[in-house]
Amino acid sequence: MPRHAPSSLSAYIALALGALAPLSAQAGWGDLNMTPGVTALSKEIYSLHMMVFFWCVAIGIFVFGWMIWSLIAFRKSAGAIPDVTLLHSTKVEIIWTIIPIIILILMSIPAARTLISIEDARNTELTIKATGYQWRWQYTYLDDDISFFSSLDRKSNVARQLQSGIDPNTVPNYLRDVDKPLVVPEDTKVRMLLTAQDVIHAWWVPEFGLKKDAIPGNINELWFKVEAGKTGIYRGQCVELCGRDHGFMPIVVKVVSKADYKIWVAQQKAARLAANIL
Amino acid sequence: MSNVTHADHALDHDDHKPQGIKRWLFATSHKDIGTMYLVFSCLMFFAGGTMALIIRAELFQPGLQFVDPGFYNSMTTMHALLMIFGAVMPAWTGLANWMIPLQVGAPDMALPRLNNFSFWLLPFAFTLLLLTLFVPGGAPAGGWTLYPPLSLQAGDSFPLTIFAIHLMGASSILGAINVIVTIMNMRAPGVSLLRMPLFCWTWLITAYLLIAVMPVLAGAVTMLLTDHFFGTTFFTAAGGGDPVMFQHIFWFFGHPEVYILILPAFGIVSEIIPTFSRKPLFGFEAMVYASASIAFLSFIVWAHHMFTVGMPLAGQLFFMLSTMLIAIPTGVKVFNWCATMWKGSISFETPMLFALAFLFLFTIGGFSGLMLAIVPADFQYQDTYFVVAHFHYVLVPGSIFSIMAGVYYWLPKWTGRMYNETVGKIHFWLSAIGVNILFFPQHFLGLAGMPRRIPDYATQFADWNMVSSIGAFIFGFSQLLFVYVIVNTVRSGKKATQRPWDGGRGLEWELPSPAPYHSWGTPPSEEIINRSSAN
Repeated sequence: MPRHAPSSLSAYIALALGALAPLSAQAGWGDLNMTPGVTALSKEIYSLHMMVFFWCVAIGIFVFGWMIWSLIAFRKSAGAIPDVTLLHSTKVEIIWTIIPIIILILMSIPAARTLISIEDARNTELTIKATGYQWRWQYTYLDDDISFFSSLDRKSNVARQLQSGIDPNTVPNYLRDVDKPLVVPEDTKVRMLLTAQDVIHAWWVPEFGLKKDAIPGNINELWFKVEAGKTGIYRGQCVELCGRDHGFMPIVVKVVSKADYKIWVAQQKAARLAANIL
Repeated sequence: MSNVTHADHALDHDDHKPQGIKRWLFATSHKDIGTMYLVFSCLMFFAGGTMALIIRAELFQPGLQFVDPGFYNSMTTMHALLMIFGAVMPAWTGLANWMIPLQVGAPDMALPRLNNFSFWLLPFAFTLLLLTLFVPGGAPAGGWTLYPPLSLQAGDSFPLTIFAIHLMGASSILGAINVIVTIMNMRAPGVSLLRMPLFCWTWLITAYLLIAVMPVLAGAVTMLLTDHFFGTTFFTAAGGGDPVMFQHIFWFFGHPEVYILILPAFGIVSEIIPTFSRKPLFGFEAMVYASASIAFLSFIVWAHHMFTVGMPLAGQLFFMLSTMLIAIPTGVKVFNWCATMWKGSISFETPMLFALAFLFLFTIGGFSGLMLAIVPADFQYQDTYFVVAHFHYVLVPGSIFSIMAGVYYWLPKWTGRMYNETVGKIHFWLSAIGVNILFFPQHFLGLAGMPRRIPDYATQFADWNMVSSIGAFIFGFSQLLFVYVIVNTVRSGKKATQRPWDGGRGLEWELPSPAPYHSWGTPPSEEIINRSSAN
């Protein structure tokens, strides 16, 4: 019998892992950090985020270590006697002013460099205007005269009603799916012009690294260039409170190859032509 | 000098204290007014907390189970307004009322009738605000920041909200005037500015911030009012206005407001840590200058709340660098608190536990604040739960915990009775554990891409939202213990001595417990001042 024990144990482990698999597929517990994204800028932003985070961890180890050490070493219950002459020290006060300044400079240089490249919107290859409405987006391809609305997908829209009785876990991409996604080509510098018709909205796809407000009477600009080979579907949503259905205004971007993009544009034009003839 | 003493004694015998309801309606005693402020703050804390629990109940699972999205937005908006203007700010004014005359050696606040007026404005202000829950169109739902054009879409709640904010602002300004006049003119002879306790110092700075920025808020909301009712177009693009201008004006108020909410906390912690380390505060003058620098910097960092509105590169760089500068005086403060504990003799009574939790958790809020200052990274963090986690870390274990620390610390002086240490410690541990379960996972949610102010979310955010909601209920319900401790102390606490804390320095500990009706009828002697001076 003992010989069987290991095999049955491993069977249990396999079973347990199998049971856990759907959990890890949801990836809820594992989603702890910012996405590095799929553009050169988003990766730069991610590494900036990690750099500042590790500075904070290092400072935290020092400061929290100091606090915890003091709390343990200088307990009254352990017979600590206070040194009431320790009132101030110009030397250490200068040190703990100068060192943070140096750390801040070390952080701000790469931050400023990244910021400058974010603001460099020269030589864009494709311009799309996104207009925020309560509560959907309108995308207009200024170069190709294509324009359409992009609203919350019907399945999500039914499930998200108050006490709908539908388990959101059964709805694919619950609240992050639209009827008609924005389509852009990979490896192309795409410029988004952002504005709004009614109230302020904000456009954000985490994998592209940037968000910007869409403001009525105002045109904002952001750009992204999805790396070659990173075709796929990327999801985000409106991130500026815009009223009752602010939470139900997703953004879905379908990144396709340059060739597929040309086909898509041709299809859109043909469809519009057909609609006009009819 | 002896004449003065006699005159004051005569006054003491001549107290015609009004009784019953009149004692409170016509209150001019800084203690009664302070108590009213604190009780009012507690009521608003529970009202705002109930709203927070409605929010967390809805977010417990994906899907909409309990409330309509419009009502959900009202809850987030009202929760913020109640907590900021109803719970935290009145708590500070209440503590200032109670403690400043005691700490500077004055008989009372300088302007007692103004004091009464500034308190009694508040119940009216919050009645107006809470009435909006019952008017057509519901309570304001555009966020506490009231950004137009969205805030202009409000229904009948709109004028009520604006007038409520006007009344709150007037109350704050009057309270601030009283603090400044008291500190500038009522200090006992010998209590120079730099011998004043740090709580008085941080409140003095806070009072100047209040006077500087509350009128700015009043102006901004008045422009909203005229845009809504009188056809002006300050913030309407179609009429030549600009919605972004509102954000600039609002945050010019809003950022100093953030420090209005935290500076008095710095003061309280700077009193409590030395007391329970049995050692004077390290670097007293550096603490004063750091507070003043933080207050100054608060006027030149406002646009870091709005990096995504589209600013010129130079503007983004300026606001990034000025924001990062705040880390320096804040760091000086944290280091000074650590150095105060160094080579001390530390004990862990409830006020100290809350002050230590402040020290640890406020620092975490400071770290996320530093991360948020980095503009490119902020493009990812802005308007996500990362921001929610950040400001709740600085406001709940920051401001709220230090208010609680202050209440536990001074309760024996106010009531003449000791609180129950065991229940106090249970309250502390439940709060400290609950608050971390509540807010720490929100960092993960924000980084994973969950926007703030949404009633329902994509399923990948489900797990940490559930954890956060569990923390919210632990934290929320454990606050009932706080009320229990206070009521129990007032009713049946053991008699407190004049000095319940052996390490306590400051003029308040030179008075009997409870403190007499006119705190310092006779100014403290030079000997007492020398013995108790913070510096």
